[in-house]
Amino acid sequence: MNAGEITQLLEGWLEADFSFRKVGPTAEKIAALPVDDQNFILDWTKRVASSNLEVAWQFARRAPALMDSMDRRLMEAWVLGACDVYDRQGLRHALTVMEAADHFAERQLEMTAGVLFEDVAGVLGNFVRGLSGRRLALEQGQHIYTDTEKLYLPGVLARFPDPADNFKLAKAMVAMMWAQTRFGTFRADLIQACASFPDPARALGQLHGLETLRLSACIARELPGLHREMERLRTALGEGLPAGWEPLARRLTQPEASLADSLALLGHATRLPDFTPWCYQGELRPEAAAATFEARREKEKARLRVKLSQLLEEHTRHEAPATPGEERPIPAFEAEARDEAGRLDMTLTLDGLPVAPPEDVKALLSSIYLDFGEIPPDYLVPAGDGDYDPSLLMDQTADPDAVWQGTYHEEGATFYDEWDMGREHYRKNWCVMREKEVTPVEDGFHRATLEKYAGLVKHLRKSFEALRDENRIEKRQHQGDDVDIDALVEALADARDGREMSERLFVRLHRTERNIAVAFMVDMSGSTRGWINEAEREALILLCEALELLGDRYAIYGFSGITRKRCELFRVKTFDEPYSDEVKARISGIRAQEYTRMGFAIRHLTELLKGVEAKTKVLITLSDGRPDDYFDGYRGPYGIEDTRMALLEARRAGIHPFCITIDKEARDYLPHMYGAARYIILDDVRQLPMKVSDIYRRLTT
Amino acid sequence: MDAHSLAPEEHFIQKEPYYEAVSNEIAIFEAAWRHKLPVLLKGPTGCGKTRFMEYMAWRLKLPLITVSCHDDLTASDLVGRYLVKGGETTWVDGPLTRAVRVGGICYLDEVVEARKDTMVVIHPLADDRRTLPMEKLGRLLEAPDAFCLAISYNPGYQSVLKDLKQSTRQRFVALEFDYPNPELERRIVANESGVDPAMAERLVKFARMTRNLKGSGLEEGASTRLLVHAGKLIAGGIDPVTACRSAVAQAVTDDVDMLAAIQELSSSIF
Repeated sequence: MNAGEITQLLEGWLEADFSFRKVGPTAEKIAALPVDDQNFILDWTKRVASSNLEVAWQFARRAPALMDSMDRRLMEAWVLGACDVYDRQGLRHALTVMEAADHFAERQLEMTAGVLFEDVAGVLGNFVRGLSGRRLALEQGQHIYTDTEKLYLPGVLARFPDPADNFKLAKAMVAMMWAQTRFGTFRADLIQACASFPDPARALGQLHGLETLRLSACIARELPGLHREMERLRTALGEGLPAGWEPLARRLTQPEASLADSLALLGHATRLPDFTPWCYQGELRPEAAAATFEARREKEKARLRVKLSQLLEEHTRHEAPATPGEERPIPAFEAEARDEAGRLDMTLTLDGLPVAPPEDVKALLSSIYLDFGEIPPDYLVPAGDGDYDPSLLMDQTADPDAVWQGTYHEEGATFYDEWDMGREHYRKNWCVMREKEVTPVEDGFHRATLEKYAGLVKHLRKSFEALRDENRIEKRQHQGDDVDIDALVEALADARDGREMSERLFVRLHRTERNIAVAFMVDMSGSTRGWINEAEREALILLCEALELLGDRYAIYGFSGITRKRCELFRVKTFDEPYSDEVKARISGIRAQEYTRMGFAIRHLTELLKGVEAKTKVLITLSDGRPDDYFDGYRGPYGIEDTRMALLEARRAGIHPFCITIDKEARDYLPHMYGAARYIILDDVRQLPMKVSDIYRRLTT
Repeated sequence: MDAHSLAPEEHFIQKEPYYEAVSNEIAIFEAAWRHKLPVLLKGPTGCGKTRFMEYMAWRLKLPLITVSCHDDLTASDLVGRYLVKGGETTWVDGPLTRAVRVGGICYLDEVVEARKDTMVVIHPLADDRRTLPMEKLGRLLEAPDAFCLAISYNPGYQSVLKDLKQSTRQRFVALEFDYPNPELERRIVANESGVDPAMAERLVKFARMTRNLKGSGLEEGASTRLLVHAGKLIAGGIDPVTACRSAVAQAVTDDVDMLAAIQELSSSIF
C-alpha cells in the first residue's frame, strides 16, 4: 500500500477530520515498511480504535519505529496491556503505558526475550501453593513486593537475553517473596526499627539487603536446586557483596539466624556501603505487609477461637456433665509449631492429649504462626457463645442490591471476560457478575399451571416415563451372568446336525443410565414483561414436572442486567436443590428485569456445568430476542459476537448449547451464534409451555 | 520362564511383606478378625491399603483373594455362574465363594467403583449371619470362622456417584489410612526403593509440596507408592528431577501448567 491509501485508512479509523490528528507523516513511515509489518500495524490500529481513538493513534505513531526492535509477541502484549489499562483505569493511564514503549527501545535486546506475567502466572502460582505456609496469590503489579498474602510481579520481566533465564528470575522472585512470609521478615515493626536512623529509607534498604542474605540462606537449605539457579543468575549479572558485608553474611547464613539478627546487625550495616539490590530481591514494603496483617489479625483470632470451641465441644460431648459444686478445670488447648528442617507442622493438644486438627484449623494455625513465630496463648482460648461478631467469621459478601443504591463495589462478584469484536480480543474481567436470589412468590401459580395444562401434563408424563430407560436382558451374548437356554438348545441341535455351534450362549443384564446435567438459562430482560414471562414460567413448571420423572440433574437460572457492572444471574434452582415448594414459588416469582446481556450468563453457567459430573451436559437458553444491553455498546454485532464466543467456549468445555426463542427475526443471527441445528424458533409464545418439554425430550435422546 | 500360576485360594503369602504400622491398625484388624467382623479400609490411593492386606494375610496365615471392583462387576462375578462345558452346564465358583469355602480373606478393592446393587450380595456375609446365599444353586454357604471380608475405598473422590451406601458401610469396622508421617514415610521410601535417607527425605518433602496442591488443580498429591517408584528410578541411576517427572508429575496430572509447576517444585528441591 502507498502512503495515500494508508492515510485514507487511518483517517477513517481515527476520525482525523474531527480530531486534528496529522496522520500523514505516520502513514509515510508505515508505507516504508514491508507489507507484512504494514498489515500488522494497520490491523492493530483498527482493532484498538474500536476501544479508543487516542490509544490507537498513539500506537500507530510509535509502532513503525518499534517494528525492528520489538518482537511481535511483545508488541501485541504491549498494546493489549494498554487496552486493559484503558478498560480498568481510563485513558490517562493507558497513555502512560503507551509512552513506556519509548523506553522499550533502549533495551531492545532484552525485550525480545522478556517473559510475560500471563505466561508465568499459572505455573508459578501453583509453584508457590506447593511450598509450605500461608496460601499466596500471584498478581500483576507495577512493583515487585509482597503484602504477605499477595505476591506482585511486573507485566514483563526482562533482565536476561534468554527467556528461560527470565522465567527462572521470576521464579526466584516468587521464592524470595515467599521466604519473606515464611521465615518471618515481617514479624517486627520494620518501619519503627528504621526510624531511629538518620536516613530511614536508606536503613530500610540496608535491612532489605540483610534479609536478602538471610533468606537466600534459608532457600539454600529448603530448596537447594532453586538456590543454585539463583546464584547462577546473580553471578551472571555480576551482583555480589559490597565491601565489608562478608562478616554479616556469614552470621546471617547460620541456620538459627532470624529477623532479630538482621535487626541487630542493622546498625553495623548502615555504616557500610549501600547494599546493591540483587536481581531477585524485589522491594520490601513493610507498610503493605502491616496493612494486610492488621486486616487479618482479628479475623483469624476470631475464627480460630470459634473453631476451637467447636473442637472442644466435639471432644467433651461424651463426658458426663459436671455435678453441681464440682469445680472442673477449664480445658486448655496448646499448640506447638514444629518448624525444623524446612518443615512446618502444627500440633494441637487438649489438656495434654493430642487432637488432630482439621485442615482449616491447621491452615489458620500456620498462618498465625507465620505472623507471630508462635501461637499467642490468647488465641487458644475457645470462644464463648456470641463472643464474636459473625462478620469476622465469614468473608463478607456484600449485598448485591447495594449496587442499585449507588454504592458501587466489586466485592462478592465474579468477573468474566468479554469478547470485543473490534479489538478481536477479550476485555479482561469486564463483566461484574452477581448471583441473586429470586424472591419466592406463593400464589398458587404451580397448581394453576398444572390445572391449565392437565391434558398436556398427562401426555408429558407418559412420554417421559417411556424415556426412562429400563434395564433389559440381552440374549445370545458371548459372556453373561446366566446361560441362555434357548441358545444352548439351538447350539446343541446344530452340533448334532454337524453344523457349527454358536458361541453366544449367555444372557446378560444390560443396564442403561441416563447421565445428563442440564442448565436452563431463562431470559429475564424487560422485554419479556407480560405474557412472555408468563409463558416462560409455565414452560418451566411443565419442564420441571417432566424432568423429575427422568431424574436428570438440572438447574434453572434467570439472567438480566444493566451495563457490564451489573450483570445478574437469578438463582431459581441449583443442581443440588430438590424440586421443592420453595423452587416452585421461585419459578412463580420470576419477573422481568432489565436488559439482555448474554455472554456473562453463558460463561457462568458453563463454569457451573463444568463442576457437575455428567456424561452429557446441555445448556438451554429460553430467549425472546437478540443480545442487547443499555448504553455500553452491547448491541448489534458486538453482543452477537460476544455471545457467539461464549457459546464457543461452552462447546470447548464439552457442553451442548441449545436455544429456544420466540424472536421471529432470530433466523438472522441464531445460526451464527448457535450453529445451524442448535436452535428452534417458536412462532407463537403460547406454544412455549407445550413445546419446551417436547424439545428437551428430542434433544436428550 | 513361565509365570507361576495358582488358584486364588492357594495364594498364601510366604514372605513377610514390608509394612510399617502407622498406628494401631494391626491390633484393630486382628481383633476384628477374631470377632468375625468385616473391615473397611479408607484412604487415598497409594498409601498402603493393599500392602496392609497382604501383611495381614501373611500374619494371620490366610489365603488372600483380591477382587478389583469396576462398574461392570455383577453379583455373578463375585458369587459364581454356570458355564457351558461340552454341552453341559457346570457351576464355577466366583472369588467371593472360593474365599468363603476355604476360610480366607476376600478383599474387595476400590469397592465404590462397583455398582451399588452388586454390593448388596455381600450384606449377609458382612453381618452376624456370615452366610453367602447362592441363589442360582439354591444353597446357603456358611462362612467358617477364619473367613474375613475386607473392602477398601478412597473417600477423596468427591462425587455423589461414588459413595458407599449407608446400609453397606454401616456393617464394617472402619480403618482410616492416610499418608504416613514424614519420618515414617522417609523410612518406607528408603526401605522400599533403596535410596539413601537424605534422598528419601527430599522425596518426601517433594511429595508434601504436591499434596499442598490438592484442591487447586490437582485431585490428589503424590502418593507414597509414587515416591517409591521415583526412588527406584533414582536408585537405578536416573537423575532425580527426571525421575520425579516420569514417576510422579506425569502420574498425577495431564494438565500442562500443573506439570510445569510440579516440575519447578522438583527442580527446586534437588
